[in-house]
Amino acid sequence: MDLVTPEIGLIFWTTISFLVLLFILGKFAWKPILNSVNEREEGIRKALNEADKARQEMQDLKSDNEKILKEARVERDLLLKEARDIKNSMIEEAKEEAKNQANKIIEQAKTSIENEKLAAISEIKNQVADLSLNIAEKVVKGELSDKDKQLKLVEQLLGEVKLQ
Amino acid sequence: MIAKKTIRKTLLALLLFIPFFGILSAQEHQEETSKETKEKEDFNIAEMILHHIGDSHNFHILDWKGHPVSIPLPVILWTDNGLVTFMSSEFHHDEEGKVVVEKKGQKFALFHGKIYYANDTPNEDGIYVTLDKESHPANKKVLNFSITRNVFSMFLSMIVLILLFGAMAKSYKKSEKNLPSGIAKFIEPIIIFVRDEIAIPNIGEKHYARYMPFLLTIFFFIWLNNIFGIIPFFPFGSNLSGNIAFTGALALITFIITLFSSKKSYWSHMLWMPGVPVYMKIFLAPIELMGMFIKPIALMIRLFANITAGHVIVLALVGLIFILGTAWVSPASVLFTAFISIIEVLVIAIQAYIFTMLSALYFGQALEEEH
Repeated sequence: MDLVTPEIGLIFWTTISFLVLLFILGKFAWKPILNSVNEREEGIRKALNEADKARQEMQDLKSDNEKILKEARVERDLLLKEARDIKNSMIEEAKEEAKNQANKIIEQAKTSIENEKLAAISEIKNQVADLSLNIAEKVVKGELSDKDKQLKLVEQLLGEVKLQ
Repeated sequence: MIAKKTIRKTLLALLLFIPFFGILSAQEHQEETSKETKEKEDFNIAEMILHHIGDSHNFHILDWKGHPVSIPLPVILWTDNGLVTFMSSEFHHDEEGKVVVEKKGQKFALFHGKIYYANDTPNEDGIYVTLDKESHPANKKVLNFSITRNVFSMFLSMIVLILLFGAMAKSYKKSEKNLPSGIAKFIEPIIIFVRDEIAIPNIGEKHYARYMPFLLTIFFFIWLNNIFGIIPFFPFGSNLSGNIAFTGALALITFIITLFSSKKSYWSHMLWMPGVPVYMKIFLAPIELMGMFIKPIALMIRLFANITAGHVIVLALVGLIFILGTAWVSPASVLFTAFISIIEVLVIAIQAYIFTMLSALYFGQALEEEH
């Protein structure tokens, strides 16, 4: 039958055409097209990998940041605490010192008062002695005119001195 | 799977219906012919279909006022006296061997699409070839390398393919980042499909790249010629991919490439199957050896039969109008033809895919390493 009897001419032309087509398309179409497709796919794969890497890095950075922040917070707390401690201790010290100083001043004041008092007393005593002597002199001068009176006075004076 | 099933079912339904129509038409036809005197020639559907799916020396476009309008194609013959070329118009649309062309002292006659060495004198019917009892010519055939309708169609498809993929390749060069643009956007997914679904699974990551040009070329070559085949007007409509010479040549190329890429393991598995008893080895060797040739033959017949069958169905459905002799059947004919044509659109893509896929499978088998 004609239908299933291959014609030599068509076999010849099909073979030639196909081989020519294979050569031309292989050289000018498939090669550049497949290269482009492969290159692009490679590019996409690379870009995706890089994006993954960048994301990882970001995450690392973020966790680093958090760590640093945490550390900073801890440090701040520590500093604050230290400062508070220092403040407290300084206040404490200052108080102590102030107290000591006050005590010292008070002490000094007390001693100086005592000294002053002693000095004042001794001075008063001296003055009193002077006065007494003066008075005594005058009295003596006045009283010495009369013997009896002199004796009586001496006795009286002596008695007074004893009372002191 | 589902698509295949539905196709099979519809084809089955049609096959069931066609004989029914045939019987009906035969009866009516008989009545008609008996009533009317034979004014017009008997319409022979088989002849019409075979004529349409066969090859031809000129490209018939249409009939204008009873005269055929066609494009003459070059006739190239390798004769006893060397190369002879002339245009097919020199036969004056004759297909019955009634016109003789004389070149280089030799006479040629065209009889039913084939060119024969013509007799010196015509017989009583005016035919220059001697016919035997079954009206087959007894004359010697000429080695015919003519640019027939099919060859013309093939060249056309080549030009389209080269322009299409050339433009596509250029579009990649233009874009900076290898991005597809224009036509490449439509074709690139198909190319990637051929690579990822046909080449890599069947041949393997290691060797597939070498076979990509062949697989892509054969896929698009078959597909485009299938598409040209179902477009019914000039310059398309040649039944090239439904021609056994065409499918045979392509299957032969696949076969040769398979043989050239075969490794030791391919032959050892064929001729001396490992892992089975000796008597089985002896039993299997001829079967496997036959299988080696049957594979490309099946490849050839599958494409040929599928495409030809599609054309035959369409032509038979259109032919119903002429068989029944009434235009009233044309709505049904047109409806069925449109329906079948839609299925054909699927079938031609599937057949191109199957041819490519099986080629890749055979290459993969030939390349298989010892394991």
